[in-house]
Amino acid sequence: MAGETLAERILSERVGRRLQAGDIAVVPVDLAYVQDGTGPLTFRQMEAMGLRRAANPGRTIVFIDHASPPPRKELAADHVFLREVARTHGLVLSDVGGGVCHQVAFESFVRPGDVVIGADSHTVMGGAMAAFATGMGSTDVAVAIGLGKTWLRVPETMKFHVSGSLGKGVYAKDLILKVIGDLKTDGATYRAMEWGGPAIARMPMHERMVLSNMAVEAGGKCGLIPSDAETRRYLEEHGRGSEWRSIAPDSDATYAAEIDVDAAALEPMVARPPSEDNVVPVTDPSVRRLPIHEVYLGSCTNARFEDIQLFCDVIKGERVAAGTRLIVTPASREVWRQALRAGLFEVLTDAGATIQSPGCGACPGVHGGIPGDGENVLSTTNRNYVGRMGNPLAFTYLASPATAAATAMHGVITDPREVM
Amino acid sequence: MGRAWKFGDNISTDLIAPGRYYHLRSNLPELGKHVLEDARNDFAANVKPGDVVVGGRNFGKGSSREHAVIIIKMVGTRAILAKSFARIFYRNCINNGLPAIVVDTDRIDEGDDLDVVLERGLVIDRTKGIELSFPPLPAVVARLLAEGGLVEFIKRHGDLPTTERGVA
Repeated sequence: MAGETLAERILSERVGRRLQAGDIAVVPVDLAYVQDGTGPLTFRQMEAMGLRRAANPGRTIVFIDHASPPPRKELAADHVFLREVARTHGLVLSDVGGGVCHQVAFESFVRPGDVVIGADSHTVMGGAMAAFATGMGSTDVAVAIGLGKTWLRVPETMKFHVSGSLGKGVYAKDLILKVIGDLKTDGATYRAMEWGGPAIARMPMHERMVLSNMAVEAGGKCGLIPSDAETRRYLEEHGRGSEWRSIAPDSDATYAAEIDVDAAALEPMVARPPSEDNVVPVTDPSVRRLPIHEVYLGSCTNARFEDIQLFCDVIKGERVAAGTRLIVTPASREVWRQALRAGLFEVLTDAGATIQSPGCGACPGVHGGIPGDGENVLSTTNRNYVGRMGNPLAFTYLASPATAAATAMHGVITDPREVM
Repeated sequence: MGRAWKFGDNISTDLIAPGRYYHLRSNLPELGKHVLEDARNDFAANVKPGDVVVGGRNFGKGSSREHAVIIIKMVGTRAILAKSFARIFYRNCINNGLPAIVVDTDRIDEGDDLDVVLERGLVIDRTKGIELSFPPLPAVVARLLAEGGLVEFIKRHGDLPTTERGVA
């Protein structure tokens, strides 16, 4: 029998028998979570189904992050409901200011080998911890919370083997944008994306998280990375060293596709509206020197401490160009504290930034930086659909924090290599 | 039986249930007034019970928001036909008892009179006088659909549709 992919290994272990791609299985859920946009429906569905309690309350999290602090009374009412549910069921609550669900879950809850089900599509970020983490709708998550299990089809896997070193000004965001541009937004539908190779082995966790986070932008069911020495370092740094264990795929695993990527050949990339696969190098005439009205540094994809630090390293001492506004939303309270201690808020303030409390901020179009009609946004987030940031008449371009910083300085889309 | 509403490729959940109406997610009748608004603004006001949403590739891509499926169904949509579906959206359809049918939609035009016969795996386009076949649904999907979705299933059985070895 051929060896196991990471997805097969994790699911086989949790179920206690050998599973292969294509099998449909019921699997235990080690961590389930909802956010304020999906949670109210989740708990109404639980009630409708007669599921009266959470199977694992201490491993069920209610996040208030998408409309946080709430910009409208209707959303405040949803929050009141969620807090009450969390209290009555004894669930973990991450309230206003705690941060984006996926970031907080990663910092404190996701463990190597876990099955993680979240009512938010970017739950896939947990794959960077070698957890089988995937997003589902509210009803599926209601069942996962109430019964402590879910059903799923073991996915086929696309293996991405990354060699070489990323050049100056090039980051994991550029790598994943390039891959999505090649695959298109349905190129990995129903499949797991699995990352390996020397460039991944060397890649720090905050960058691996970007690769896993945007698996869903190619349609992927999860974005898996082996648990290795870097995983251990991250967990130890978070006081969770005892939760580490090594998890890797077999060298003779069967893959639906194997794709080699030379990191050294990559350039800074930009995804043009209205799709994440509409990707060109930052030097392309369609984006180079394009006027940008808002630069947004935020979201579960690219608003970690290292992202803000990189942004500040690039922009340090400079002010944002006239006619461009800069909005920064740290991904979590931990990130906020790190940025505060490192003096990054001073750099950002000097640059003219608006800094918002941790959460999803402007990314999902609810609050915190909705662009005006006809405006262009350069954003470190993950989606640039029509209307995504709250205005169907605005345009969102996706890029790395370094490209965001260079762009903020000049007010037009700028190759970060020109200023680094 | 129902009229076809034609949409293109990559209809995202943001086009179906835009983020600017986030505050209406606990008020589905109001949210439903904006269903698919950013894809075409004549749908919500004119869709009739029994109508069929017809998309291209990767229908429902993007977020996990189940509200997108619920409001498409709530306004009377009988089924969604598409060349392919995004994964979470597909599960959400089945969980809500809304047939999501993978079929070649190129030959269906706006306004065609359509019938969907799940048991026979057929879409009948009465306007064109053609039948389009689709492969049988996986057992678990067929079972959930037959029982009206996951909520109804769990209410009735108190558990997932499982067997010793998996799901059926």
